[in-house]
Amino acid sequence: MPESYPEHLLYHPEHDWAQIEGDVATFGITWYAQEALGEVVFVDPPEVGATTTANESYAEVESVKAVSDVFAPLSGEIVEVNTGLSDAPEKINDDPYGEGWLVKVRLSDPAERDSLLDVAAYRDLLADG
Amino acid sequence: MSRYTSTTERDRGEMLAAIGVDSVEALFADVPEAVRLQRPLALPGGLSEQEVHEHLSALAARNRSAEDEVTFLGAGMYDHYVPAVVESITQRSEFLTPYTPYQPEISQGGLQTMFEFQTAVSELTGLPVANASLYEGPSSIAAAGYMAQLENGRSRFVASRGLHPHSREALATYAKGFGAEVSEVPLDERGATDIDALAAAVDDDAAAVFLQQPNFLGTVEDLGPLAEAAKRTGAMLVCAADPLTLGILEPPGRLGADICVGEGQTLGNRLDFGGPSFGFFAADERYIRKMPGRIAGETVDVEGRRGFVLTLQTREQHIRRERATNNICTAQALNALAGVVYLSWLGRRGVVELGELMLRRTAYAREQLGLERINSGPVVREFAVRLPDLDALFARARAEGVNPGYRLGRDYPEYEDGLLVAITERRTRRDIDRLVALVAGVREGAVA
Amino acid sequence: MDSEEAHAVAQAETLTIFERSREGRRAFVAPALDVPDVPVEELLPASAIRADPPALPEVSEPELVRHYTNLSKRNFDVDTGFYPLGSCTMKHNPKVNERVAALPGHARLHPLQDPAYAQGALELMWRLQGALAEIAGLPHVSLQPSAGSHGELAGLLLTRAYHEQRGEHRHKVLTPDTAHGTNPASVVMAGYEVVKVGTADDGGIDLDDLRAKSTDDVACLMLTNPNTLGLFDSHISEIAEVVHGVGATLYYDGANLNAVMGVSRPGDMGFDIVHFNLHKTFSQPHGGGGPGAGPIAVSDRIEPFLPRPQVVRRAPDNGGEPRYELDFDRPMSIGRLRGFQGNYGVFVRSYAYIRSLGGDGLRDVSDTAVLNANYLRARLAEEGIAEYLSIAFPRLCMHEFVLSGRLAKQKLGIRTLDIAKRLLDHRVHPPTVYFPLLVDEALMIEPTETETKETLDAFADSIRAILEEAQDDPEIARGAPYSTPVRRLDEAAAARRPVVRQRAGGEPPGDPERAADRPASASGAL
Repeated sequence: MPESYPEHLLYHPEHDWAQIEGDVATFGITWYAQEALGEVVFVDPPEVGATTTANESYAEVESVKAVSDVFAPLSGEIVEVNTGLSDAPEKINDDPYGEGWLVKVRLSDPAERDSLLDVAAYRDLLADG
Repeated sequence: MSRYTSTTERDRGEMLAAIGVDSVEALFADVPEAVRLQRPLALPGGLSEQEVHEHLSALAARNRSAEDEVTFLGAGMYDHYVPAVVESITQRSEFLTPYTPYQPEISQGGLQTMFEFQTAVSELTGLPVANASLYEGPSSIAAAGYMAQLENGRSRFVASRGLHPHSREALATYAKGFGAEVSEVPLDERGATDIDALAAAVDDDAAAVFLQQPNFLGTVEDLGPLAEAAKRTGAMLVCAADPLTLGILEPPGRLGADICVGEGQTLGNRLDFGGPSFGFFAADERYIRKMPGRIAGETVDVEGRRGFVLTLQTREQHIRRERATNNICTAQALNALAGVVYLSWLGRRGVVELGELMLRRTAYAREQLGLERINSGPVVREFAVRLPDLDALFARARAEGVNPGYRLGRDYPEYEDGLLVAITERRTRRDIDRLVALVAGVREGAVA
Repeated sequence: MDSEEAHAVAQAETLTIFERSREGRRAFVAPALDVPDVPVEELLPASAIRADPPALPEVSEPELVRHYTNLSKRNFDVDTGFYPLGSCTMKHNPKVNERVAALPGHARLHPLQDPAYAQGALELMWRLQGALAEIAGLPHVSLQPSAGSHGELAGLLLTRAYHEQRGEHRHKVLTPDTAHGTNPASVVMAGYEVVKVGTADDGGIDLDDLRAKSTDDVACLMLTNPNTLGLFDSHISEIAEVVHGVGATLYYDGANLNAVMGVSRPGDMGFDIVHFNLHKTFSQPHGGGGPGAGPIAVSDRIEPFLPRPQVVRRAPDNGGEPRYELDFDRPMSIGRLRGFQGNYGVFVRSYAYIRSLGGDGLRDVSDTAVLNANYLRARLAEEGIAEYLSIAFPRLCMHEFVLSGRLAKQKLGIRTLDIAKRLLDHRVHPPTVYFPLLVDEALMIEPTETETKETLDAFADSIRAILEEAQDDPEIARGAPYSTPVRRLDEAAAARRPVVRQRAGGEPPGDPERAADRPASASGAL
């Protein structure tokens, strides 16, 4: 898919996105992240019930020759994991904002959202990178 | 210029000019005087090829190899016949001189043989996934222990005393590093792992239980019930096996082992005074992303042609670094190639025929020797007996060019007068009868 | 031949030995049964008897030989051509070494043979220990570790034993960010935590960072010198002082020893523990990924902890011939790391190599390895190449050097991986790529001493030709290789849905459309 950064998402500088709906947020990695990683071959997901802490790693994604930590944009408790990725990790490459989502998290500190970037700020960060 | 370099005086001049320095010495400008060796290396001068050959031959002549005596020595490595095809293939430059297949397009030969080796190990062990080799037997046990504690986060190992002493010691050495404890389960009066003691030793903190098939005394363990006892609290069962017995013995993978490892020397590798040989490592499918070592996998190229690549490399040190599942890099690819060539030479029926030949000759030798048995249980290729006057036997046998086997006393004080006798397809009835006669002579001498 | 036929031929070439199996064929004939033909059921309990034989191939000897001979032709190797794989020291493997290693007195010697009947082997090991001690500048050697990474683990366990014996419990090990991946992996296996030390602008270790991180809970610093950039760290004495100042040990990763034999010795640089890679420096053939051997040399204070057993020489009381023995009586030893005494067959080859060359010859090896590397570095700094491939640290190198393909990527749109793959069409094994991690688009080149000037020139010409070609049409490199038995492979499919053994009737995984080997981004956090 071509490079894109949807307007309705919030971004973390480690190239992660969050979509907040009420007190639950969906996390994933950005187009830039999946492009840098190359073809994703494996996702080591966390378990439902585990907690995420903002700015800390909660999962690993692997390409053929690299392993990357995935950072949590926000803190909370994992309520759902995208199990479809175990059979088809390439969804992260093919549809990073849709079928390639990683986890859904019940937020413990909604105020943390203020520290995330909007799309313009994230694009600026990429441009400076 | 030595015979292994090619740079002439003229080359050197041109090369230095291109670099822009006036001497080779100048290339070492970064090496401070304080750490320079201010003298030549204190080593003997170089030798011609012929002199090297003569010197190494003279050293070889001071060893008594299996070529020079009738040996019943086993205890982990065995004097099997290595067919000519193994040497002919493993000495081909194309297999002998490349390195790890980092560039799959020009390494299909090596990668496909790894794939075939993995298949053969899976077939033998009854476990679905195998790697392309580890160093050798005992360190493969230790590698299995490391994987087990990474997998289940527990910190205690329970090892049968039937595990090779070197395996138990290597496991303890490794475990000291990553902070696991090793406890030992004794053998029972039949020379098999004591199942009640095993069951008692396995607690909720047991990461893995280690057994060996056949065990060090040669006893065929009753793996099914042992596996049940071992896995009661969720520990992983690691079973070492002699792969050459797995043509006739039910494979550990079908009897509950989660991991089967072992020493591969018996598969087409020389004795070589203990190495190089190879270790193998097979496991249940669910551990594939935690396994140590290289793994070859099948795929296709851009034109749709079948090909092989190193796969699941994110487990490994060159990518995952401090979070790697093991630190191994260089393993034993050439020895593993010897292994798969040997197994293909033996074939589906040969591996059974060879196993049965060993089984029958072993039964014959055990019967004819007529000595008190340390292990009364079933045996395949090796067995332990008691003989009070081992020194006399060794003295007499040595003089006649026979090596009666391995003295157990060093590793098992409880079997101080124990002798471990190994039989391979190279030990004929005539050889066995010679040993029987020697033993009889010693016993008569003792009586007289 | 139409393309369908060509495809069929290609598929036939990749049949595995299992797919070539036909029921009833055999290469093995068992020796005659000369003992009573007792039924198996009388000798083994039913529960132990294998229900069905393992599905090993059924092939005749001619088929077996042809299969593996044809497979061998799908490999590239040192005996065929240039193999400048950085940090791997792909030098010539002398043929006499193979011959002497195969002598039955060595090859058929049982590892548990009574030492009285293995004097030749033990003497060889003792002499090899002595030679390695002299080369390392450290007095005590254990030959036991099986490869470099095994030597590293041994060294770290020795470090642990050393500190514990002094009643100290240290938990960190420092490694430079340029370190081989085995270093941090070994550190963790030995129960330590990895602390990375940065690299200074000159390519050496960042001394300020080292000082800051050298605290009294540091057990060891692991280093290679020359380092993985091919640079000799001239601050080595200062480094040793800092590390020893906090009571830590200094470990030498011997992967790059080929540069300094007879020039400078790790022991004289202040190292306490060194591992050797006999398959790199001392010409053991690499075997497609082993066997190797990773002996270690240590200083006096580490000696008591060396693995068991040690080969020792004992002078007899009566003034006769010395005896060589295996010493198990080492109460402070870390114990065994493996079975028996190590990879003896490798020791035979490496000992033969050392005796062939002698002390002067080994010095000549290092001189020539460094000359060859610097010459190739100079050739690759010429106009037409330097605009695209820059020397990562433009100064004299030791036995290897690192180029960055950053400019080729920017200017030509081809990546280091594409250059490597195009080199395959030039019948050259590519350098190590994408390592060390701190160099963008790295190519790490180690020509070794055994190559001719003509070979080095031809390599430079190949690199130039690839870059020139890419100026006209970068797609050529991006699609390379073309002339190899297979082209770029779908590695992603192989990792997503691993097929790691022969399955009956299975289709290979993978999709030709996705079979572009993509370069790795740096590992670590995104």
